[in-house]
Amino acid sequence: MAQWESWSAFWDMGGAAFYVWGSYGLTFALMALELVLVLRRRKDTVTRLLRWRRAVGKDSARKTGAPVSVMESET
Amino acid sequence: MNAPERSRSLFRFAAPNNFYPLAGRLAPWFAFAALVLTLAGLWLGFFVAPTDATQGQVYRVIFIHVPAAWMSMFIYLVMALWSAVGLVMNTRLSFVMSQALAPTGAMFCFVALWTGALWGKPTWGAYWVWDARLTSQLLLLFLYFGFIALTRAIEDPRRADRAGAIIALVGAVNVPIIYFSVQWWNTLHQGASVSLTKAPSMATTMLLGMLVMAIAAWMYTIAVVLWRARSMILERERHTEWVGAVLEHEAQLKGGRA
Repeated sequence: MAQWESWSAFWDMGGAAFYVWGSYGLTFALMALELVLVLRRRKDTVTRLLRWRRAVGKDSARKTGAPVSVMESET
Repeated sequence: MNAPERSRSLFRFAAPNNFYPLAGRLAPWFAFAALVLTLAGLWLGFFVAPTDATQGQVYRVIFIHVPAAWMSMFIYLVMALWSAVGLVMNTRLSFVMSQALAPTGAMFCFVALWTGALWGKPTWGAYWVWDARLTSQLLLLFLYFGFIALTRAIEDPRRADRAGAIIALVGAVNVPIIYFSVQWWNTLHQGASVSLTKAPSMATTMLLGMLVMAIAAWMYTIAVVLWRARSMILERERHTEWVGAVLEHEAQLKGGRA
């Protein structure tokens, strides 16, 4: 705590609390949101592709293109 | 790429079926490094770096603002590089990388603008001015949005890849304009505090905090982009046997837990 006399002085940021914490808050919120979206996208992709494989049959999944209705409806 | 004489070289990882598991193994380590470095950077930035003589405490926005601005420019250049590689060598993984980078680049670009606005108000008296640095950075955000919108709007992946690659390459011209804008024009935005040619104009601990946060942003970007690329690869390679095997494995994991 060499820079700060107390925790309240720390949170006050020399009167610039809104600007400093507004910057850090939004940044970390966006990073957390991005992480959640990326991990959820993986889950969705796996679920959707599994359903697609079952729908077209495992053998034809290899050869045929995905029916647009299955692939695009949930993206 | 699957020729046996190359199978032991780095080119091996240009094949999606080799890249996919590698990315899955590496990403958590990059995420962990990002977490540790962020905590170290915050500690340096808030508890070690001194109060700025002229700006007081508000300057501490720098520990996010500068790394985010650097990342937003650098990610765009890497996107352009992967796009060029994809166009020249026709490697589909290059386009995946390019598109996996875009949302993170856009995020950092927005963060740079947002933190800049919050820093500008108390120091310049305005959230926004139409200064060359700010305007070119705003253009970068629009280039990211344009790239993302275009690659998602075109249904045929090959055409989407090529159209995106062209935006990435043309838009890359804007990056040196952002970087040098503070020298070329008389801007309200200050000049570079850190450059390769002269000693940095700031306290060592401030500089250190900023660099640690910059490396943390790097690690975060690599982790998130690898994770995003994995989903994109599954989608694009869904007709292959190896993705079939991956999906069956995932189904078993799910079944085991339920």
